[in-house]
Amino acid sequence: MKDLAEAALNAAQVKGASYADVRLDEHVTQDIIVKNGQLAAVSDDASEGFGVRVIVDGAWGFAGSARLDKAEVEQVVDRAIRIARASARVRSAPVDLGPPVTSRGHYRTPLERDPFAVPLAEKVDLLLRADAAMGSVKGVTIREGSMEFIRQQKLFASTEGAFIEQDLFESGAGIEATATSPDEVQNRSYPNSFGRHQGSAGYEYITALELDRHAGRIAEESVALLSAPQCPSGVKTLILDASQTALQIHESCGHPTELDRVFGMEAAYAGTSFMTPEKLNHLQYGSAKVTITADALTPTGLGTFGWDDEGVPAQRTFLIKNGLFVGYLTSRETASALGQQSNGTMRADGWNRIPLIRMTNVNLEPGDSSLEKMVAETKDGVYMETNRSWSIDDKRLNFQFGTQLAYEIIDGKRGRMLRNATYAGITPEFWNSCDAVAGRTEWQVWGLANCGKGQPPQVAHVAHGAAPTRFQHVKVGILK
Amino acid sequence: MKSLEVARLSDEAELKQFMTRLLERSPAQETEVMVTEDDSALTRFANNGIHQNVAERDATVRVRVVKDGKTGVASINQMSEAAAADVLKRAVAIADLQPPGDVVPMPGPAKAQPVEAWSDATAAATPEERADFVQTICAKAGRAGLKAFGAYSTDAGQFAIANSLGAYHHQRSTQATVNSVVMGDAGSGYADRGAIDVRELDKNELSDEVIDKAQRNQNAQPVDPGIYEVVLEEYAVAEMLEFMSFMGFGALAVQEERSFMRLGEKITGDQVSIWDDGLDRTGIPSSFDFEGVPKQRVELIKNGVASGLVYDMQTATKEGRQSTGHGLPAPNTDGPFAVNLFMKPGSAAKAELASDIKRGIWVTRFWYVRVVHPKASIITGMTREGTFLIENGKITRPVKDLRFTQSILEALNGTLALTASTKLQVSEYLGASRVPAVRLKAFDFTS
Repeated sequence: MKDLAEAALNAAQVKGASYADVRLDEHVTQDIIVKNGQLAAVSDDASEGFGVRVIVDGAWGFAGSARLDKAEVEQVVDRAIRIARASARVRSAPVDLGPPVTSRGHYRTPLERDPFAVPLAEKVDLLLRADAAMGSVKGVTIREGSMEFIRQQKLFASTEGAFIEQDLFESGAGIEATATSPDEVQNRSYPNSFGRHQGSAGYEYITALELDRHAGRIAEESVALLSAPQCPSGVKTLILDASQTALQIHESCGHPTELDRVFGMEAAYAGTSFMTPEKLNHLQYGSAKVTITADALTPTGLGTFGWDDEGVPAQRTFLIKNGLFVGYLTSRETASALGQQSNGTMRADGWNRIPLIRMTNVNLEPGDSSLEKMVAETKDGVYMETNRSWSIDDKRLNFQFGTQLAYEIIDGKRGRMLRNATYAGITPEFWNSCDAVAGRTEWQVWGLANCGKGQPPQVAHVAHGAAPTRFQHVKVGILK
Repeated sequence: MKSLEVARLSDEAELKQFMTRLLERSPAQETEVMVTEDDSALTRFANNGIHQNVAERDATVRVRVVKDGKTGVASINQMSEAAAADVLKRAVAIADLQPPGDVVPMPGPAKAQPVEAWSDATAAATPEERADFVQTICAKAGRAGLKAFGAYSTDAGQFAIANSLGAYHHQRSTQATVNSVVMGDAGSGYADRGAIDVRELDKNELSDEVIDKAQRNQNAQPVDPGIYEVVLEEYAVAEMLEFMSFMGFGALAVQEERSFMRLGEKITGDQVSIWDDGLDRTGIPSSFDFEGVPKQRVELIKNGVASGLVYDMQTATKEGRQSTGHGLPAPNTDGPFAVNLFMKPGSAAKAELASDIKRGIWVTRFWYVRVVHPKASIITGMTREGTFLIENGKITRPVKDLRFTQSILEALNGTLALTASTKLQVSEYLGASRVPAVRLKAFDFTS
């Protein structure tokens, strides 16, 4: 592997690249799905290849291939160089990466139990037990449970002298119960929606979820939701559980602080951002309760690694400090445009894609409240839990979310269960209405393994530390 | 220089031999092998310049084995004999470790109607040609005092599937797509195109559309949310159809009681007919599905009545009928999927769609659409890059983008007109739709 990397870098320099990097990447993914009491799917997918990124005449070119031999390396480097020369014909300013990055080292995800060493039977048994618990609840029509395990071995080297090897692991699992009636489909999932709860960890992460212990509860909730009243419309106090808070952070803080979006580099696809550079250190993004960090060092976070895909070390940086907008997620190229240095957020979803600015672990720092206290202090509100639908505009201002489960809160007490709960708002107004964040004991890291961005499309695995959070004067019950 | 860029794909005879050898060495009772091979390139531009420019060559060999009532699936992205042996071994090992369960049957041999989905010009597209195309958009936008953003891609690939029951199908295909957003200081426009043959993409026509839209969409002012009569351009209509497919055109969604489709009942307006046809070359055709079943045309909604569903091997077996050729790759728990959608055109000219509207909204495209309530076909999303107020039959001014929360069936129930012309809209995910622009009586903008 090292030979191929050196061959690629040498060839790129000989052929005229002022900068080149190469990533060799081997991915193995195991997916297991249990559905309605049956083992519905087990798959084992492997992908390996390399990608070469070059700058020629001040412009970028990239090519990748699944064939790992020296003849292919020559072809791929030629292709990347030719593409860069074509880019140079229609480029704006020449690419400036700022100071060189010369990181060297090795990183391995800390884990207690290698998930690929755990027998398949043990994994399937856990999912089947959870399935049986859901199946014991009358009225559940669809039960599904899944696990996913990923092992990624990456080698990064650059003409600036960086040389990094990383062995990254992910483990994830989740269960979902669905109940239907002639007019309704209600589902409940645990621990999160989007199929799974996932972290950079070993099998101990799965064991700790205790899927079978929560299965009966979510099944009962899915059935109860069929006959629950619709979430009323109005302007109310809103309390979000930690997982929905995590998605709120993702969509309304994570994405708009990506500096490539700010510079228009994603404008034709994912959009731009309302958090433009003149607002940096001026915009009161949220209330004083709101401090948000990008922390690639967070244990078990899907955005936790040793170095990003430009060789920049993992680090913790502030995006929002006591409500004030103070920082972006950056790459070498975009940071340079602001006179900064990259804070290490460039990641590609495989050997065949270029790195893009991706959220690491974008965390809402814990506060000093608790869910119990927030409810007790609320006169007229709604508590919402576990995402069901999510949508936000291309500048990341106008959002609408729906959750699987909700409860009314009246005079400090939890009341009736509500179905089809939705809420909507405008990002800075919403975060400025935040008046309570629960503390460290209720704070948890939530993995999101479905973050789409880029053309051709890439899916990043990111995470958000969050605790239950309260907002005032929020429009709820959009779906009447 | 040209030869370097011609897509490098394996010869079909060699590919077939590779698959046959893999099937022959399998110890399982039934084995399926699927191979995809792709050589693709994409040139991305922002602020009137190319900022990302990429190419890749990849392959996937996916094997499904059924052994003693147990199924195993494994894949690898290498096409060597060693890789074939490895992927087969892993699939068998997975099957051996499982308890017996329901087995999705494999289809036997059947003749698939060949479709023409290949263009030599697309397969041979060069980075210089992509740069030239992009340069035209950027130069025209620059001359208009605007900035262009977008992506232009050319892909060539082949897909083959074979199984131990004797089924074998192979198809080569190409695709070229371009999308562009053009921005001024106070607003933006959008346009996209897709085709099998790159020569059908007209850089001047695309540039003119997106620049005109951007120029008309400057300094948008807010309009009150509420229920409006609307004109939806083809971009928005195609997205609506894609979500209908996602939520309810597949047989599994109906079998699991989560679809809006009530077969035999009238669910939309009389003017609405929607079907899936993988063989129609005015779409992005494919002659067979990911299980190796030839594609059939399926009437989904006919004159407003829910008429049919798409099936894969599993859902068809459950109902004792034939698959319609809409299976996804194994292992699949999401059910069949309609990916070649068509909506019946009407007789209106696009320019006339607004002529009878007293007060309404013209929508160019949707953004970030998500399902709110699948059984009621309710989706939410935003309008983007070209939302206009219609007053007394005329577009009078751009308005700020609006959020909608709307039942698709209810919206289509109020279909007042459809254009005679249709547009091919290539999906971001899989397949394509060919749709007209529509005028709808009521659409609920919620913020």
